[in-house]
Amino acid sequence: MMSLSLPLMAAVAVLGLLGIGLLGLLVTRNLIKVVVGMQILVKGALLALLLAGRLSGQVQTGQTLALTVIVADTIVSVVALALAVQVRRQFGTLDLQALSTLRR
Amino acid sequence: MFDLLIVAAMLGCAFQAVRGTRLLIAALWLAGASALTAIMMFRLGAPEVAVIELSVGAGLVTVLFVFAINIAGEEPPVTLRSLVPAPLAWIVALCAVGLGAAMALPNLRVESSLVQADKFATVVWEHRSLDILLQVVLIVGGVLAVLGLLAGGRADARKESQ
Repeated sequence: MMSLSLPLMAAVAVLGLLGIGLLGLLVTRNLIKVVVGMQILVKGALLALLLAGRLSGQVQTGQTLALTVIVADTIVSVVALALAVQVRRQFGTLDLQALSTLRR
Repeated sequence: MFDLLIVAAMLGCAFQAVRGTRLLIAALWLAGASALTAIMMFRLGAPEVAVIELSVGAGLVTVLFVFAINIAGEEPPVTLRSLVPAPLAWIVALCAVGLGAAMALPNLRVESSLVQADKFATVVWEHRSLDILLQVVLIVGGVLAVLGLLAGGRADARKESQ
């Protein structure tokens, strides 16, 4: 039986976050909740990068890549939230099903 | 044991963020998950990124979420069926996690004895300078995109009022 080492715990966190994020993206119908699901997925990816860096002995390279991912993720979130605000103003809903059938 | 508690709390916060029907509450659960992720990053030996994740992930992004939810307005809790049937979504997510576990867990026992001697600043500014350029381009592109989106909405509102 594997002991509860830090890499094992980090791997469990990575897999859990990726699974929850994927589940969130699949089940939600709200545009803002899609961004929440994506944020959770990206947190799993960040931890995976740091874990890979630690296991390969290149912690600083893992940190640098994680920094780039944080910047990209924040920009994507900002643009997606601005888009959600505009969609709500224009169409009056954030429901993805309604948005896919609506015409202005 | 401490790591187990952190991971359990992090996954609990993330699940509540996905499961909750109220957007504002979901944003707060997401902030909790971000803060716990930052602690996990610190435990993994990455304090610089942990600080950035705490300030950006748990701070800035949460403020942006609350701001956007306030402007857009909270919709009534969604009780409609999801686009993908819930059992199918659970099966897909569990299969993905199982596949990831099968690929990742056997490799965890091998920890490299090599230790990177360079400091974080050296790696960022000298070895990965292209990443810095990419980040600048992303930030400028993101700012322009947000300005374009908000300006477009304002122009439409003006046209409608006329």
